[in-house]
Amino acid sequence: MNIKIQDSTHSTRYIDIYITQRTFDASQLFIMLIFSFFKTLTDQVITVELKNDLSITGTLKSVDQFLNIRLDGISVEDPERHPHMLAVKNCFIRGSVVRYVRMAARSVDTTLLEDATRREAKEAKK
Amino acid sequence: MDDAANSGISEPLDLVKLSLGERVFIKLRGDRTVTGVLHAYDAHMNVVLSQVEETIHIVDVTEDGNPLPPRIEKRNLEMLFVRGDGVILISPTQQ
Repeated sequence: MNIKIQDSTHSTRYIDIYITQRTFDASQLFIMLIFSFFKTLTDQVITVELKNDLSITGTLKSVDQFLNIRLDGISVEDPERHPHMLAVKNCFIRGSVVRYVRMAARSVDTTLLEDATRREAKEAKK
Repeated sequence: MDDAANSGISEPLDLVKLSLGERVFIKLRGDRTVTGVLHAYDAHMNVVLSQVEETIHIVDVTEDGNPLPPRIEKRNLEMLFVRGDGVILISPTQQ
């Protein structure tokens, strides 16, 4: 599962990923949408809020199909509540413990994302 | 059910599909609700929202175990991904 992101504008990135995905079957396609979305956020600063209320901000280094996340240069929102996290500089977060991921609005092309979602929904139905 | 037939709803997630680009209300586990503009979803009900307002309903308990009146905490976020396993329901909001 090797998805190439070309050094193009934001808009063609979703499309490139979408075309690569077409070789997979429809049920997998739907799973790939959010995964592709996170791939486009690589190297952006995001905040991951876990189900235990711990919020970690860092640079997204990689993501996989389970939405496991690897963050670099991390900081914790409330260090007094979580002092054991102070020494941690990078981490791997299991996808299933994530509640939210917050990101800057400018890092997301919403029109393209909606179009990709509609296409994926159509494909999944077939 | 004429409305549903006309708008092409044949399975539950079609209602969510029709809400793409519109403001939706989402009830989550842990006494949380969010409203925001829906930009993406998948079969797990993972969603991506913008212009989000999150509301947390908190019931504090006194030392002798009696609940205090519920307290509401609100937060605004510009862009948010919500993991599907926390989602209870998604509903279109009428503006």
